[in-house]
Amino acid sequence: MPLLEIKDLHATVGDREILKGISLTVNAGEVHAIMGPNGSGKSTLAQVLAGRELYAVTGGQVTYQGQDLLELAPEDRARAGIFLAFQYPVEIPGVSNMYFLKAALNTIRKSQGLEELDAFDFLTLVRDKMTLMNMDQTLLNRPVNTGFSGGEKKRNEIFQMAVLEPKLAVLDETDSGLDIDALKLVAHGVNTLRSPERSMIVVTHYQRLLDYIVPDFVHVLAGGRIVKSGGKELALQLEREGYAGLGIADDEEVAVA
Amino acid sequence: MSDSTQTIETFANQEYKWGFVTDIAADTIPRGLNEDVIRLISAKKEEPEWLLEWRLKAYRHWLTLKEPTWANVHYPKIDYNDIIYYSSPKAQKDGPKSLDEVDPELLKTYAKLGIPLQEQAILAGVAVDAVFDSVSVATTFKSKLKDMGIIFGSFSEAVREHPDLVRKYLGTVVPASDNFFAALNSAVFSDGSFCYIPKGVRCPMELSTYFRINAKDTGQFERTLIVADEGAYVSYLEGCTAPMRDTNQLHAAVVELVALDNAQIKYSTVQNWYPGDKDGKGGIYNFVTKRGACRGVNSKISWTQVETGSAITWKYPSCLLIGDNSVGEFYSVALTNNWQQADTGTKMIHIGKNTTSTIVSKGISAGHGQNTYRGGVKILKSATGARNYSQCDSMLLGDQCGAHTFPYLEVKNTSSQVEHEASTSKIGEDQIFYCKQRGISAEDAVSMIVHGFCKEVFKELPMEFAVEAQKLLGVSLEGSVG
Repeated sequence: MPLLEIKDLHATVGDREILKGISLTVNAGEVHAIMGPNGSGKSTLAQVLAGRELYAVTGGQVTYQGQDLLELAPEDRARAGIFLAFQYPVEIPGVSNMYFLKAALNTIRKSQGLEELDAFDFLTLVRDKMTLMNMDQTLLNRPVNTGFSGGEKKRNEIFQMAVLEPKLAVLDETDSGLDIDALKLVAHGVNTLRSPERSMIVVTHYQRLLDYIVPDFVHVLAGGRIVKSGGKELALQLEREGYAGLGIADDEEVAVA
Repeated sequence: MSDSTQTIETFANQEYKWGFVTDIAADTIPRGLNEDVIRLISAKKEEPEWLLEWRLKAYRHWLTLKEPTWANVHYPKIDYNDIIYYSSPKAQKDGPKSLDEVDPELLKTYAKLGIPLQEQAILAGVAVDAVFDSVSVATTFKSKLKDMGIIFGSFSEAVREHPDLVRKYLGTVVPASDNFFAALNSAVFSDGSFCYIPKGVRCPMELSTYFRINAKDTGQFERTLIVADEGAYVSYLEGCTAPMRDTNQLHAAVVELVALDNAQIKYSTVQNWYPGDKDGKGGIYNFVTKRGACRGVNSKISWTQVETGSAITWKYPSCLLIGDNSVGEFYSVALTNNWQQADTGTKMIHIGKNTTSTIVSKGISAGHGQNTYRGGVKILKSATGARNYSQCDSMLLGDQCGAHTFPYLEVKNTSSQVEHEASTSKIGEDQIFYCKQRGISAEDAVSMIVHGFCKEVFKELPMEFAVEAQKLLGVSLEGSVG
């Protein structure tokens, strides 16, 4: 049984259809890259998988671990092991990063019948993961994403992913706004988290990220549909020829963050 | 409608969880207000002649005053002759005999708030003296405090036992003629607290109206007077997170604080009176005058308040910074929900040299709630080197509520520094979704975000009170996922 199976997925925002029939199968341990020009529906797909209410699913099915994903509330999807690394991580003033993450981890653990971690065990766990992401300890005590630089925000997302250990991670343009050093750091974090039990969907506009996170499959999304799928060499072809090489133009009409 | 809008809606529509009604039999006097009623109140309390005269003078002045209309609150006209001005509970034997007779739902709420069992019994009005005696908080502490020379007890008691002290300070910070509600209170106040900390004494524990007021039901016109003599320190906690058996609508209290040379008073309030139902029916009108005078050099008065209850709140805990180098502080969280209205803030009057004041106000509006910050910073000509910092933040939940800020600054000394910062934010759908995507439920998310917003104020509360305040918000936020 595949971990995730998307069949003919349609989604709208307002009265505009953005996903126009997406089908995708992700097995355990696989890394899938979703590429595509601006407005092709990449981020929409990521948000729909996470259960964002702004988008209405108008057709198709999504099965996750054999159950109907679309039936689940966003928090239940998270508890079932789906993690979205946000393109634009959200600031929560006054709530410390540590408090937030501990609340998240313990809610997830609780739903899985595991014991909640106390402050000491949590801190021990977190220290290890911080080393992995080469993150400054002071980030733990700062309010969630508040006053973080762009790079810090993205690293914080991957750090959260490392702590929460999801089964399916969806990385939404995690490379955007990163310089090459930060990109390598983020990629290193992601690569460390690759395992036969963990699948990833990496959404990106640029091939650059895929030099560091090498995918098993590459899919090209355009106009709300997957127009081409292949191995990692497809990304290289895109790098050489551009989306135009596949006969795809940037769709400027649809650009919903 | 999205889930998070629903969350906000449900948050806004939550019911008052402390809204039980306990109809206790009480000794009351007839409705209405006249000099005979005041004489009757004074007689029932066996007061000295000077206090009766003081009350009557206040009453006569009150008759000449008009109810203020400048506040940003709206309510039907109050008929002051349709109010019962004195009510004291009948013998406790009429109350429930044990906790078994108390509504289990009520006990559940107490348990959620983490109130110990004995206190639960007291709050629920259980007429078991043995329970009270076995706790004996009041008595044990009282004798310990007495050894240190600290006077702490009910106002009536203080009038009987320390008439000179009461007479010396009563009405010196909030004169009987101060304003409409203060004058009314001065005429008819039923009881309240009195506290005196002698020279150089640091009160070793937080004094609380908790056990005292619950031991004896005081009326809606409380009068509190706290005096910290030279070099003294006291931290005082007022109110409670549980309901008080209030059958009347109007609550007009007066609190006066006096800090002499090098003295410090920290006054913390958690107010959770009945706010009315979701349609705006009922609820307490909380019209309170609170003021502290930093009379001595290097003295300090700090107000911290968490206001979550009442249909209407009209309250401006203020500081008169008279002594050189004196310090005034005001930290406030005010939450208005459903049809609640709050017009609250502070006044800092800088008179002495190098006086400093800090104002941090956090207003949260939900439902149809209207939240107004009204603050006045006045720097008089004499206040050379005075400094003020004000920060007023508003948070909106949903799109039916309102936040308003009216800061008044009046500066008459050019050597002073005045800073004002303000912000307004909304709990965003994106913030709630972000939390949900990390497994955190929407109601926990709202609670977390609100706590984060209030953090600067909560950290000023004494530890136990901070925990209660957080729990109070937490319990209020329950059942918010629609």
